[in-house]
Amino acid sequence: MKITRKDFLRLSGLSFLAAGAAGAARAIAGRGSSAEGRQAAAPVRWGMVVNLEKCRKEEGCDACIGACNTAHNIPHFSDPRHEVKWIWTEPFGTVFPFSQSGYAERSDVHLPVPLMCNHCADPPCVHVCPTQATWKRDDGIVMMDWHRCIGCRYCMAACPYGSRSFNWLDPRPAIASINPDFPTRSKGVVEKCNFCEERLATGISPACVEACPEKALVFGNLADPDSEPRQLLRTRFAIQREPELGTGPSVYYLV
Amino acid sequence: MRDRIWIFAGLALFVGVATLPFWSAHGRTAGIAGVPNLQLPVRARECVAPVEYMRQSHMQLLLRWRRDVVRLDERRYVAPGGTVYQRSLTGTCLGCHNKEQFCDRCHAYAGVSGPYCWNCHNQPATRVAGASWQAEPELSAVQQAAGSAARFLNQPGNEQLSPFHGSRP
Repeated sequence: MKITRKDFLRLSGLSFLAAGAAGAARAIAGRGSSAEGRQAAAPVRWGMVVNLEKCRKEEGCDACIGACNTAHNIPHFSDPRHEVKWIWTEPFGTVFPFSQSGYAERSDVHLPVPLMCNHCADPPCVHVCPTQATWKRDDGIVMMDWHRCIGCRYCMAACPYGSRSFNWLDPRPAIASINPDFPTRSKGVVEKCNFCEERLATGISPACVEACPEKALVFGNLADPDSEPRQLLRTRFAIQREPELGTGPSVYYLV
Repeated sequence: MRDRIWIFAGLALFVGVATLPFWSAHGRTAGIAGVPNLQLPVRARECVAPVEYMRQSHMQLLLRWRRDVVRLDERRYVAPGGTVYQRSLTGTCLGCHNKEQFCDRCHAYAGVSGPYCWNCHNQPATRVAGASWQAEPELSAVQQAAGSAARFLNQPGNEQLSPFHGSRP
């Protein structure tokens, strides 16, 4: 078969056009379907409201911390430099330094406030992680992949809340009793509160929420206007830790 | 011609020295040659994938499970037979398999200096299935399942499990 130069050019031009059109069509179709998929599922943003008034009812109570430590195999090191913490407490005056008059009669400033990862809307730790070992899930949880963490501790430097701890030592010998259902970490890995995503996956609330005898910790979906935390936030005055930083914490405190 | 004896003696010495690693390795592994003495679960006769596939590609399956659970929050795994499992090393794999008698023995046999799974992952407190253990009965029982590996990989949805499919996750 003989083909002229003109026919050849015409044919090849047409085939290039067809290939380009097919690619464009696929890209448009792909974008459409993924957007639909995202709309189909109801949006979830997990968050917590801490009722400090209820939290203070029982002095010296650390049920939430104990439950978390047991559930997540958190080691206990006596040397504070090696401390690993998911939930911990600090005095109110340290946590909210700008939320007081300075003339308070009550010693609220010295009362402990339970602290944990804020699961920020715009988490600085995620921005700096060089290996994407930490990332933000669609349901708002700032998640960690300990397999991928290289222990550079950029996230610890970036987090304004001190929510992250580094395993300077092998944590296993420092764990009182290992919960086999949850992995321990190894030396050289950063860890923090995961909002009990392993429990949420089975439909139960976080360990700290369950352990609190006063039900001071209220956990739920901040994206749902009828959820328990949203109802509380609608009627009560609540503060976040350092909201001026623009991180958008998902943990609120009722003062 | 008078040097012939020296030349051959030197050659023999060279061959001996050059193959020394093989001889020493033979000496070390003579005791464990053959089939590794694995202990298989008694009650559970079916794994999450065919035996032949698990034997050669369990690491890829584990990496995929890891990605699915940690990064995609997908914990439900449907085996080719329709059985539903949790994607869990401690819960599902070690629910049947014994780490020391199964994982470690085969890794020692194959000379695979262990992966670091166990730096963090735990052994279950109580095993779900197969509380008692028996030695691997017959190779034929294992070989029976070997043919199903190819069929398993050819099923729709399982192609990506093939060790030859794409790159590592």
